[in-house]
Amino acid sequence: MTRNQDPRSAAAPDSTLGTAIRARVPNAVLMLYILFLLLPLYWLLKMSLQPNSEIVGAFTLYPATVTFDNYIKIFTDSSWYTGYLNSIYYVGLNTIISLLVALPAAYAFSRYRFMGDKHLFFWLLTNRMAPPAVFLLPFFQLYQSVGLFDTHLAVALAHTLFNVPLAVWILEGFMSGVPKEMDETAYLDGYSWPRFFVKIFLPLISAGVGVTAFFCFMFSWVELLLARTLTSTDAKPIAATMTRTVSASGMDWGLLAAAGVLTLIPGALVIWFVRNHIAKGFALGRV
Amino acid sequence: MAKIELRNLAHSYGGNPSGPQDYALRRMDHVWEDGGAYALLGPSGCGKTTLLNIISGLVQPSEGEVVFDGQQVNTLPTERRNVAQVFQFPVLYDTMSVYDNLAFPLRNRGVSEDRIRERVEEIAAMLDLGDVLKRRAVNLGADAKQKISVGRGLVRSDVAAVLFDEPLTVIDPHLKWRLRRKLKEIHERLQLTLVYVTHDQTEALTFADRIVVMSEGEVVQLGTPQELFERPAHTFVGYFIGSPGMNFLDCGLDGDAAVVDGHRIPLSEEVLEAARQAEGRLEIGIRPEFLELTEDSGGVPAEVEFVEDRGTHRLIKTRVGDNELFVKLRDDQPLPAERARLRFPPEWTLLYANSRLVR
Amino acid sequence: MEKTYYPKAWLMVLPVVAIVSFSAIVPLMTVINYSVQDIFGPENRYFVGMEWFREILGDPEIRGAFQRQFLFSFAVLAIEIPLGIAIALCMPRKGPWVSVVLILLALPLLVPWNVVGTIWQMFARPDIGLLGIGINGLGIDYNFTGNSIDAWVTVLAMDVWHWTSLAVLLCYAGLQAIPDAYYQAARIDGASRWAVFRYIELPKMRGVLMIAILLRFMDSFKIFAEPFVLTGGGPGDSTTFLSQYLTTMAVGQFDLGPAAAFSIIYFLVILLVSYVFYQVINNLGKGVS
Repeated sequence: MTRNQDPRSAAAPDSTLGTAIRARVPNAVLMLYILFLLLPLYWLLKMSLQPNSEIVGAFTLYPATVTFDNYIKIFTDSSWYTGYLNSIYYVGLNTIISLLVALPAAYAFSRYRFMGDKHLFFWLLTNRMAPPAVFLLPFFQLYQSVGLFDTHLAVALAHTLFNVPLAVWILEGFMSGVPKEMDETAYLDGYSWPRFFVKIFLPLISAGVGVTAFFCFMFSWVELLLARTLTSTDAKPIAATMTRTVSASGMDWGLLAAAGVLTLIPGALVIWFVRNHIAKGFALGRV
Repeated sequence: MAKIELRNLAHSYGGNPSGPQDYALRRMDHVWEDGGAYALLGPSGCGKTTLLNIISGLVQPSEGEVVFDGQQVNTLPTERRNVAQVFQFPVLYDTMSVYDNLAFPLRNRGVSEDRIRERVEEIAAMLDLGDVLKRRAVNLGADAKQKISVGRGLVRSDVAAVLFDEPLTVIDPHLKWRLRRKLKEIHERLQLTLVYVTHDQTEALTFADRIVVMSEGEVVQLGTPQELFERPAHTFVGYFIGSPGMNFLDCGLDGDAAVVDGHRIPLSEEVLEAARQAEGRLEIGIRPEFLELTEDSGGVPAEVEFVEDRGTHRLIKTRVGDNELFVKLRDDQPLPAERARLRFPPEWTLLYANSRLVR
Repeated sequence: MEKTYYPKAWLMVLPVVAIVSFSAIVPLMTVINYSVQDIFGPENRYFVGMEWFREILGDPEIRGAFQRQFLFSFAVLAIEIPLGIAIALCMPRKGPWVSVVLILLALPLLVPWNVVGTIWQMFARPDIGLLGIGINGLGIDYNFTGNSIDAWVTVLAMDVWHWTSLAVLLCYAGLQAIPDAYYQAARIDGASRWAVFRYIELPKMRGVLMIAILLRFMDSFKIFAEPFVLTGGGPGDSTTFLSQYLTTMAVGQFDLGPAAAFSIIYFLVILLVSYVFYQVINNLGKGVS
């Protein structure tokens, strides 16, 4: 019932000046920090709307002439836009694979004890710690030898190395929050395990599934080293396209900035969908 | 010691309340006498916790005054009011020992360590926490944790009132009565004003001298357990207290009797006297404990729907017209057949107009 | 929650084990295999035992890289964790602004890591960047491509920009989970703002702080793409961190044996330090009896 009032801000009214200051300081700190976050992004956006001549010419805080040429180039040149499609394709694939294998495993970890369960869990998490650089060469050879090199599946599979452990970890937290009596009741009502899992259990942890998907998407989307190593042309990610274009044709700042802006959009869209669960998601379901 | 008065008090969480439905607490005047043990009883969401938080100062009332011993304290912050509050779930400072937990409110108020030691040991002894003082609070059981929460309230020597917000929710049933007795004992010893919020009528009836029943942001009755049982001031109190609650039947009035479904039910002089001013929807109310079965042809005919054996008594569900009525019979009384006649003893048959007791 | 013993639960875990093994075990075996051999070609390899490990551990350049890496990771933790806690404490607990603030905070986390480097390059360059021009405009000589200290500070600032939000969001989630009753009890007990932080908020955040510290340590210790794009590791080797060193060794120079031995040491160091952090933080809160 007291939920509607912030217990931290509902302070004593007898020291009005003190509370007014105390209430303002956090806001000011937060705004300054967000300003610090947004300034580089603003600069990126500003450059993306400028012709190169203006970028390297006179210093201005905002574009004097706004041009969409950089964006038009990306959307019309297939070597650019296929990069985006490739990235979205393997990121999506990775998210689906990670969720599909992690869901039953997380259920097992949250509900049962079995031989080696603790060690297994720890082993999974250690894979989150492995520096991708360690695996670059073996990955390259492995995927080459099984004929997956330069496919979307290769990148999607490689990214499961860090996304599956994370997905199991987050989902296990959410699942442990669902009382076990729920399962037992469903079995008594004659549900089979798969039907119970899909019809009853999944809807209960839908927020957790959304948050996990978000994390898988995010970590797959931002990774470059493995994605670049395992692809050459057919599945080349946008991030790699960006680095290669830089070295080939010198510094085309405007184009690079526009490509950078476009890499922000999928992530921003995804976070919009999970915005209401994100605080809980960042506690990995253990709140 | 404190007498707590609420004058013209009302509260709404949203900004501008446009009607009574926007109020978590509707306008009320109420007095908590010094040294009384009160239970604040009502279903979830009726405004009990809001009322408690207004008294302790955690919530500022949007209208009206809170007065401690004749002094208005609306603007006095929580920490400067001499009240303590115990919450539904034990609140502990996890990293501290039991001793430090109990000492915390005193340390915050700059009390000397010698004095703190004296107080903490005294309170710990009272709550049987003496042997766990050095342990870390986080490792104790729920009942010990809740005792620590109570102790943090009592340790301040200036505390005049302790407010409990459903403090036994997380306590195992077999420990509940012990903790409740402990609270009762402390009340007798320290003569503090205690307000005890609960939605459990047994808890309220056993703990308190006086019970305040709330419903939808209003205080509907203040009385002793006996008054609430025998003369509920509001149909809600009738329903809420007792198991099963009071029977209510829509009725009309005709001369010296109420008329239900064509049957005359005689009323007492006292009720009839008051009934002259009664307006609106009329109901008669009677407790299942007071209904009697009779062979007399003057009784109201009823169909018996089922009989449930509850050990010390039997509960009979009957039907009169469209109304359901519960009757409680002692074990030694004969069971009725499919049809029975009910007698409404006039001294226990009450009349309600628009849900309020006619008196 | 009481868990039941159920050996068949292995069947549910099997897909995870299979898929992670494919990506982890086979490459790891390969790495171990390389680390004990001298390789000149597919048919031309010799077993050298622990030779490469000795060489790597004795190499002063690699030791230097490890030192830089530790210095960087601890600087990252020392700045991002306290800053993350502070910002989380400043966040609104409810209301329409919460979603907006959360989305803004999460933005840097969603930028591909090399694009982070690109963004900061554009932002910090002394000729076209707002930051670079701004700092030089204040009369401070700043050029991250020419000056080692400037480069190091810029990489650190970039990491703070990129990752502090993770600590903020974790701490915020931890703070949100504290029931109102704790704050109310603290007010009744007359606790100061500092006491509320010290005795309620900080202990309740222990779990999320552990996650934040572990993730930030692991990821900062693995950092590659951002400084690679921003500074290319320079000037000199001032911002050459372990991953970049390793990548150059393995892919650039094709020194497979030493690179593999390096990889294993690298991995073990992360494991060991993470484990130490885990134990220390876990026991910190428990303390006496």
